[in-house]
Amino acid sequence: MNPIIEFKNVSKSYGELQVLRNLDMHVEAGEKLALIGPSGSGKTTILRILMTLETINSGHVMVEGDYLWHQKVNSELVPASEKHLRKMRENVGMVFQQFNLFPHLTAIANIEQPQILVKGVDKSDATNKAQELLKLVGLEEKQNHYPHQLSGGQQQRVAIARALAMDPKIMLFDEVTSALDPELVEEVLNVLRVLAETSDTTMLTVTHEMNFARDFADRVLFFEKGQIVESGPPEEIFRNPKEERTRNFLKQIIGEIS
Amino acid sequence: MEWNWQVVHDVLPQMLQGLVITIEATFIGALLAYVLGLALAILRMSKSRVISLSIYWTSEFIRRTPLLVQLYFLFYVLPDLGVFLSPLAAGILGLGLHFSTYTSEVFRAGIENVPQGQWEASKSLNYSRYQTMRYVILPQAIPPMIPPLANYLITMFKETPLLSAITVVELFNAANIYSNSHYKYLEPMTLVGVFFLIVSVPSAYFAMWLEKKYQRRSSRMP
Repeated sequence: MNPIIEFKNVSKSYGELQVLRNLDMHVEAGEKLALIGPSGSGKTTILRILMTLETINSGHVMVEGDYLWHQKVNSELVPASEKHLRKMRENVGMVFQQFNLFPHLTAIANIEQPQILVKGVDKSDATNKAQELLKLVGLEEKQNHYPHQLSGGQQQRVAIARALAMDPKIMLFDEVTSALDPELVEEVLNVLRVLAETSDTTMLTVTHEMNFARDFADRVLFFEKGQIVESGPPEEIFRNPKEERTRNFLKQIIGEIS
Repeated sequence: MEWNWQVVHDVLPQMLQGLVITIEATFIGALLAYVLGLALAILRMSKSRVISLSIYWTSEFIRRTPLLVQLYFLFYVLPDLGVFLSPLAAGILGLGLHFSTYTSEVFRAGIENVPQGQWEASKSLNYSRYQTMRYVILPQAIPPMIPPLANYLITMFKETPLLSAITVVELFNAANIYSNSHYKYLEPMTLVGVFFLIVSVPSAYFAMWLEKKYQRRSSRMP
């Protein structure tokens, strides 16, 4: 089977700071991945590259068998045009740490508008789908509320529904509970747990919630300094990590929690 | 020097006609300043450095030179190049062009104040650049811009007497023409002041009210 996502020898720096070093990574269709590791290890950058929010400096990224940041013109590989990027973006959806809902639109309009503008869906079909998704995230009562009238956890659930409405093949969750008050974290994670169970969408989540990572993921990737240190099923990574560095990281983060 | 109501009676009809021209020039000029200003602001943010820099320097040039000189250029120099404009058209164009370089700063600041996350969310939902601007950025950027844009409208209103220099018979010039031919300055010039006050004082309070209203609204947004 062909991987749905492939990073081949990808490097990325911001000025002096190198965030990805010759990274190789592949993800099979339908896999649920948790990316863990210390801050600045490059996890979020991977998501941002896949969402085309960041470019790469070298290497290749493949999504659905096609180059993401490049395209073939007369059998020569050139940097991707905006048109190519827009086509590739159809595959991917993202949920952000800061929710980034549109503050001037109600919850339901946040979910309808992208369907109507980008996918050309009829208004009534967009409304139906939005209502269905709001129900899925437990917010059908709040459809006419504006983002500022919702709690952080509720806003994030609307943001999840908005991303799902576009039917992406790949969903990216970038530290989606990091900006939330502690008592609101679980309501969001529970939505993601249900999604991971019921959906065959490929999902990548960057998270510091290790219990959640264990429930959510088929495979956990431990990152450090822009490289994958260790990769495996959650039981393996969390119970008996092979690498010293993984052990140290887990010890530290569990120490912080308890 | 005594106040003469007969002079008031004689000059008032011409001045009222002048007031209509003044208001016309202000509003059409402002409309032009808003549309051009938005266009300048968007072009200024262009990825192409050639476009962005040439817009920057053109705006600087227009902003740093007097409106009066620009009006002379439009009305007296352009005909040499084969472009003939009526006095009022040249006046409106001059006002609009000059103030568009100010309103463009308002638009630019308003657009830049929309959080980066809104652009990223739009991209993640695959909005085109136009859709991002039209449906996400401008609806958030425009409400806080309304008070400063209203203030520019009032400023433009006060600058309209400059149009008399290119023979537009607006409020001030209507009074001036009467004054020069009758050697009566007290009543016409006082009336000019009164008319400007009558319009600009309530407008200023209206602008302050707008400012309060939109401040409240924007502070409610997270």
